[in-house]
Amino acid sequence: MSLDQHPHVGLFITCLADLFRPSVGFAALKLLRDAGCRVDVPRAQTCCGQPAYNAGDRRDTAAIARQVIDAFEPFDYVVAPSGSCAGMIAKHYPDLFDEKTREHARAQALAAKTHELVQFLADVINVEALDVKFDKTVTYHDSCTGLRELGIRDQPRRLLASVAGLKLAEMEESETCCGFGGMFCVKYADISDHIVAGKTDFVRQTGAEVLLAGDLGCLMNMAGKMQRQGSGPEVRHVAEVLAGMTDGPAIGEADG
Amino acid sequence: MSARDQILHAVRRSLNAHGADSARRKAVAHRLARHPAGTIPERGQVPHRDQVALFRAMAKEVQASVDVVESTDDVPAAIADYLRAQNLPQSLRRGGDERLAALPWDTQKTLEVTTGASAGDDLVALSRAFGGVAETGTLVLLSGPDNPSTLNFLPEVHIVMIEADDIAGDYEAVWNRLREHTKGGVLPRTVNMITGPSRSGDIEQTILLGAHGPKQLHIIVVGTNRPGGKGSRR
Amino acid sequence: MEIRSPDFAKNSSRALHDAQLQRALGNVKLGFIAKRRKAIDKLPEFERLRDEARAIKEHTLKHLDLYLEAYEKKVLEAGGHVHWAADARDARRIILDICREADAKTVTKGKSMIAEEVALNPHLEQAGIDVVETDLGEYIIQLRNEPPSHIIAPAVHLNKEQVEADFRRCHTGLPDGRDLDEPVQLLGEARAVLRQKYLDADVGITGANFLVAETGSSIIVTNEGNGDLTQILPKVHIVIASLEKITPTLEDASQILRVLARSATGQEFSVYTTLSTGPKRPGDPDGPGDYHVVLLDNGRSAMLGTPFEDMLRCIRCGACMNHCPVYHSVGGHAYGWVYGGPMGAVLTPTLIGIDKAGHLPNASTFCGRCEAVCPMRIPLPKMMRHWREREFERHLTPVVQRAGLGAWAFFARRPRLYHALTSMSAAVLRAMAGRKGRLARLALARGWTRFRDLPAPQGRTFQAQWQSGKRA
Repeated sequence: MSLDQHPHVGLFITCLADLFRPSVGFAALKLLRDAGCRVDVPRAQTCCGQPAYNAGDRRDTAAIARQVIDAFEPFDYVVAPSGSCAGMIAKHYPDLFDEKTREHARAQALAAKTHELVQFLADVINVEALDVKFDKTVTYHDSCTGLRELGIRDQPRRLLASVAGLKLAEMEESETCCGFGGMFCVKYADISDHIVAGKTDFVRQTGAEVLLAGDLGCLMNMAGKMQRQGSGPEVRHVAEVLAGMTDGPAIGEADG
Repeated sequence: MSARDQILHAVRRSLNAHGADSARRKAVAHRLARHPAGTIPERGQVPHRDQVALFRAMAKEVQASVDVVESTDDVPAAIADYLRAQNLPQSLRRGGDERLAALPWDTQKTLEVTTGASAGDDLVALSRAFGGVAETGTLVLLSGPDNPSTLNFLPEVHIVMIEADDIAGDYEAVWNRLREHTKGGVLPRTVNMITGPSRSGDIEQTILLGAHGPKQLHIIVVGTNRPGGKGSRR
Repeated sequence: MEIRSPDFAKNSSRALHDAQLQRALGNVKLGFIAKRRKAIDKLPEFERLRDEARAIKEHTLKHLDLYLEAYEKKVLEAGGHVHWAADARDARRIILDICREADAKTVTKGKSMIAEEVALNPHLEQAGIDVVETDLGEYIIQLRNEPPSHIIAPAVHLNKEQVEADFRRCHTGLPDGRDLDEPVQLLGEARAVLRQKYLDADVGITGANFLVAETGSSIIVTNEGNGDLTQILPKVHIVIASLEKITPTLEDASQILRVLARSATGQEFSVYTTLSTGPKRPGDPDGPGDYHVVLLDNGRSAMLGTPFEDMLRCIRCGACMNHCPVYHSVGGHAYGWVYGGPMGAVLTPTLIGIDKAGHLPNASTFCGRCEAVCPMRIPLPKMMRHWREREFERHLTPVVQRAGLGAWAFFARRPRLYHALTSMSAAVLRAMAGRKGRLARLALARGWTRFRDLPAPQGRTFQAQWQSGKRA
């Protein structure tokens, strides 16, 4: 694959951004285009298949994976504004198919060109700075899959450091899970609640005005918890800040 | 079929292997005979003088106290001084180890020295280490007719004499010396690797010294260094 | 030990509301994580040693039958005995027979998870033998008649006030007014009480961290010295260990030792690493006259060659528990059997059956931190997922969950229908939320809204907006 000046990127929008927070998708679009990418959003995408995969349903997972592979195969890159979904495609799709089959080879090829958004910008396109302003103190949660499967840690911090006016106040245990865990947060709701309550304590202790992360699952979990608790910073996807698209309400906040 | 055969059979079935497979046998025999060393931390791979210094520093890190004397002739006096400084009675129990027996005990008239295993009523014991490992400040002690293991654990204060020459950079160097020492035969009944005094963190994760074994570990290093020493691995 | 794993949900609920336990669990996070980090930062070769350690175990498992034979030969050469136990019942029987042969009245024990696994203590006690746990943590939980809640810190679920109450209850004959406020006083009392037990014991039982094939030695790693007093004072030393403890050589054991203590307690090396080879020799003034090793299979041989083989690399350091958000929340007892935390979530189903332990591999957020810290690089989340797959195949997954998943998958596999459904959902949720931007209650997402608000969709779905031509 030749990397031309304007790589063709298929945006894997993710089911959560699609339904709950399309602004994350538009922020991703803007960031990718500003970085010189041609971006398309295949219609034939729904979800990466993780709910089925983590529930032990390999058949449905494989069926969904085939669908994603079909839809995204033509692109130079697949980019998702989520470490969790990008990790699913990049690290787990090949395991769904028997080795030495054509499907396995296709899954591997797709895996090799799939990236999480911020990592893609920082490590593949080599974006070093962004020409945006955000006059607030933020704190950043390292979402588990992005951090541990994809090694996303410094990239968002590097790019955030280039945002004019932004100050980063690190929280304690930023690498500890927020307790979301997909179906876990519903199946073991009280354990999940215990974990997220510990997390939101750390978030508030920073005194930050905004909590950022790269995964909507974690963000909705932490935002929902802090709103229930009645205190805490506003919550946004890191892409919104990097794209300078922070005019709309934060996650779970009222309009206007 | 005996339980032994049943288990070995089950293992082979799961591995899809059979015991007669010569390639597998060779791989095992080879590893057992050659005992390849793997990754050795750099920190211990320094000149012998530095290994001794590292040993002392690491032992102190784990709350052992360390004294250095010029020669074995100085050991009884160093022990007497230590006991006085710790406000301990001038009395200890030791094994019959020939190097300990050869120490000039008569220079310390007040020091009462008994020999033999401990029955649990000794306050202070003295042992000789077979080796030391600089990497972690670890002592290696061998059991034997003149080196009772009980002395390493029952008394409250354990004093260990180690000759600087016997300090090596890493565990592997000590294993090679041990193989030479036993001439490839059976190991001593007990090989104790000791790194600091006994401790426990079982109550609220608070580390406390002197759980069941000695509350104090005092190491006396004899001589400081000799280029080369026995510190090289092969 | 009674199996309470099927009640994981109930157990964990209770644990979350147990204030004493929650206070104690705080110590796990504080005690272990930072210390491990610090120890690892001091050793630049740590990651390479992890690779070495994994490779050693992989090699050993691939040749396990041969190493077992080599090990046995060396034990016999050193004058020891080797007993093979296919399952827990065999192990209990063998050990009781040895104790009877020795006419044992008192048995001291070093900490052994395998002894917990085969439920050794009740068996010996029923035969009239006084069994005394000597590891301080194990001793405390023995007084409380509780199982360990952590594989290296068995009493980590307790606070010092609870230990004090237990000592006052059990150590009769000591002055009532004695001061036991501080951990150091509790330790001092346990030391004095146990000292006599060591001297009285007829048989000492320990586990093993390694069984070295090259030399026929068993190796135990402790900090207290209890495992040593347990084995050098009685006339008989019994080692109970599972098959996968075999390690080829002293060098191999050294590689793994370098990652063990650092991963477990954050020490560079544990205080006592003891190699025991056979009984005492002619002329030896102390040490056991008889040395027995009980090699336990109990399902291990069946794990070889399966997706669960990786679990046999486990060296029981506890790092996975120490870093697990679920373990931090509920502690070890909630898991309902001998092994808790991520390693228990994988291992327990192999030992008691996935039908009983089904909750365990499900009660994970898949945050992956266990795998990230595992010195043996065991892919714990992957194996938990394997269990979930087996449950799904065997229709053990709860019906409601299965039905929900089926419906979701039906749509997820049909993009057109899926987009229609999400467009509709976006509209409905948005309408329900009104201008608030979130929902405090939603019948279909009760698990979520019981504890948190649910952010409402911003408006139309991304796909709908994209299709209708809206561009950023």
